[in-house]
Amino acid sequence: MDSLLWGVRLIAILVLIWGVAGTIVQGLNGAGPSAEAWRDLVVAGIAQGAMYGLIALGYSMVYGVLGFINFAHGEVFMAGAMSGFFVANYLWQVHFWDNYFVLAILLVLLTSVLTSMLVAVIVERVAYRPLRASPRLVPLITSIGISFFIQYSFAGLFGVAVKNYPPAPDSLRNRIGFLGLEIEGTKLAVIVVALISMGLLYLFVEKTRTGRSIRAVAEDKEIAALMGINVDRTIVASFAVGGVMAGVAGTLWSLLFRGVAFHTGFLPGIKAFTAAVLGGIGNLPGAMVGGLFLGTFEGVGSQLVLAGLGIPAVSQLKDVVAFTALVLVLIFRPTGLFGERLSSEDRA
Amino acid sequence: MTLTTREARKTLRWSVIAGLVMVFTSAVGMMESFDDRLIIYPVLSLGYLMLFWIVPLAGFQATHLPRLEGIEPPGKGLSNVLIGALTGLGAGVILAVFVVVADRFDLREVFVSISPRLVRLLTFEDTLPGGLLATVLIPTLLGTAGGAFHLLRDNLGRRLVLALEWVLVVAILEGVVAQILRQIRLDALGERIYTQRALEWFAAVALFLAILPIPASRTGTNQVERIRQRLFSIDPAQRIRNSVVSAVVILVFLILLPQLLGSLLSEVLANVGLFLIMGLGLNIVVGLAGMLDLGYVAFFAVGAYTVAVLTSSLSPRFAPELSWWLALPVALLVSALSGVMIGTPVIRMRGDYLAIVTLGFGEIIRILFLSDWLSPIFGGAQGILDIPGIPLGVTRVSGISPESILYFAFAFVLIAAWVSWSLQHSRIGRAWNALREDETVAAAMGVNTVRAKLDAFIVGAILAGGAGALFAAKLGSVFPSSFELLVSIIILVVVIVGGMGNIVGVAVGAVVLIGILGGPNVPGLMAEFAEFKLLIYGALLIFMMLRRPEGLIPARARYRELHADEADQDAWLDKSIHPIQSRPSSSETTAEPDC
Repeated sequence: MDSLLWGVRLIAILVLIWGVAGTIVQGLNGAGPSAEAWRDLVVAGIAQGAMYGLIALGYSMVYGVLGFINFAHGEVFMAGAMSGFFVANYLWQVHFWDNYFVLAILLVLLTSVLTSMLVAVIVERVAYRPLRASPRLVPLITSIGISFFIQYSFAGLFGVAVKNYPPAPDSLRNRIGFLGLEIEGTKLAVIVVALISMGLLYLFVEKTRTGRSIRAVAEDKEIAALMGINVDRTIVASFAVGGVMAGVAGTLWSLLFRGVAFHTGFLPGIKAFTAAVLGGIGNLPGAMVGGLFLGTFEGVGSQLVLAGLGIPAVSQLKDVVAFTALVLVLIFRPTGLFGERLSSEDRA
Repeated sequence: MTLTTREARKTLRWSVIAGLVMVFTSAVGMMESFDDRLIIYPVLSLGYLMLFWIVPLAGFQATHLPRLEGIEPPGKGLSNVLIGALTGLGAGVILAVFVVVADRFDLREVFVSISPRLVRLLTFEDTLPGGLLATVLIPTLLGTAGGAFHLLRDNLGRRLVLALEWVLVVAILEGVVAQILRQIRLDALGERIYTQRALEWFAAVALFLAILPIPASRTGTNQVERIRQRLFSIDPAQRIRNSVVSAVVILVFLILLPQLLGSLLSEVLANVGLFLIMGLGLNIVVGLAGMLDLGYVAFFAVGAYTVAVLTSSLSPRFAPELSWWLALPVALLVSALSGVMIGTPVIRMRGDYLAIVTLGFGEIIRILFLSDWLSPIFGGAQGILDIPGIPLGVTRVSGISPESILYFAFAFVLIAAWVSWSLQHSRIGRAWNALREDETVAAAMGVNTVRAKLDAFIVGAILAGGAGALFAAKLGSVFPSSFELLVSIIILVVVIVGGMGNIVGVAVGAVVLIGILGGPNVPGLMAEFAEFKLLIYGALLIFMMLRRPEGLIPARARYRELHADEADQDAWLDKSIHPIQSRPSSSETTAEPDC
């Protein structure tokens, strides 16, 4: 058993080194992607990762206070992006979008954030609260059901077609210089907004009264209740905050990729969970860093490792890279890169 | 007569629930798309059934007070009817508001399903002010009926519901009933009672009146229990003789069934069989050993692809063109190996991490089958075509004749059921049971937990691999798109809805869900549900977890785990209702070992 795990570990490391070496050799021979292509890959990875990080915060907060994977969190993100579309589309039709873009995007952001928050809170109230005392797998299975229910409700309510956001103005889409690098404006904006929201969340959790009660409930629900904290309300608050972050991610996603459909939330949701585990579940800075790391690794890693192994069409295998990262982290370091923070009963 | 605050709040709550469910059913498009299917000619369409079913239930629930320990059962009277009516009225008003909004404002830009036709349907084809009256009145009447139900004597109420259920089943499953009538040369009767796939109203009334006098027994679980007790009360020799007789009867029935059903229904039933085999396998992993495997479809894919590569002449790189019978053991072996490979790293993880990692493995395997990288072996997105089917004597059995595939499905299901049954009652089955209840204690009692979990994984993998082998022969081709995550989830729903840990439960789950609603890529009997299948699956999963986590037909052990206090309460109720009869209460039966 243990020797087998060691074997897997050894093989993983060997494959990694072999692939990277192969890519370097290719690069030296001038066969691989150009330096600009690598730069774009890294920037795209970071932008994607910033969104994973934002969604991952929601997983981490819920896991921190309730100790189960809220599988439906990807759908919370999708709900935000989808509702934002209708506002954006309306603003585009009345020519508000191109004339006052900043104001318009703020309106869209507000809509997404409110919708995501609402969906997260409703889901908690309807489905998770009655299951507080159940065995751990029961809320997990429920959340799978919720995920499907939300997805296909949205498909029925709003149609199955992919909805395309109106394009951002040219000024934002052009490349701009940043620290000596030419970066696409949208991606830079996404990264900056994501980092600001993460910073605000961190301040919220560390400095405010509600944030303190969230941390207390995550530490130990019973003791927190004895200290006069309203546990139910705190749990709702952490769902709401997770929803807000998912809503922000929803708007950023639509800026970056423009297309939203009912199944948009699923894969980013799973990957964000991977990011949360990667950083150590329950650990908020860990979730952010885990997201950035996963986004970069899935974009760059497939190019860097798999292309070096001589595998064709590596972009198809992006998801395989992400899932392999998940599997490897959970096998070898289930506490994540920065250590998990769980309540006393969940650590058991 | 006035309502207490408590009653008023409950009434409001249930009318809002019923109203919102109706609005949701309409807005999501179910109402309109189900309206095309009539079920009772000419009065009731499936759309209206889906719209209004909640109202009588809400009316019933709004005045339903659970009998609690130490509290006198509340008196029943006119207040029940009144509250039911108010609940229905509230729900109707909510629906009417929705109709007005949908009529006044053009919402189609956002809500694609809110069409003028929907408004017409909801107002019963009448103009708006007059039609709205019906929109409000019908839910009110239905709510009243729900509330008035309390006034019926228990037995009569149960018989009414049973008769109603039968009428609906016969009406909805028109395809099955008409087909069977055709096969037993009663075409005339079939044509007489069905018009446009709907049951004629006089036939519905006749059926209702015919079933009404049949005394309805108590709930299903008790019935199973009673049969079991009766079975064990007769002497062993007699019991064996009875079992042999019933086995022969069942076998003859199974042999005749495909001929009776015809090819369309056989096809549906063969799909049910495939999912049942996988359900039984997943039941071992989830229900018995307690590991939530969300990537179970991976083993199904491995089995199917192994058979495809080994038997197809169009397999890209490596095409030995073996016979299916030779490919089958290889497929089972490869599935078992992949079970070991996936199982070994994951079984020490926490339960929820295990779920996500298996999901990851499932997706990895699907994407690899899909990728250009491995397309020289597995054909990429084009898949592998031209899988020859199962050679049997001079003929070949494949999906072209669903009846013959169905025999194979039966055989596989029987084997899978036998395997799960004997494993469940063996040493390893008891080890799984111990493991699920408490891992630490199990380890302390000498159960090799890692080994036991791995065994569960392997057995599950082999069963799914067998289903995959049959699937490849049935379809004649394999594509990566047949092995999406959705399949794993749907098998999980089958197991959970049916009853985790219970073979009969899984069978019921597979027949009801896959047979009626349909699987991920296969239609069930109610092809109308296709679009909303997954919505319904999701809702069912949530509902079951909230209300009946042990499933429709629960394993006794699991039921006890989840409902310990309710069992005590039932025992108390039984005692207080039948104080003289000293029948064994359920809390005493729980002490018996599971047999």
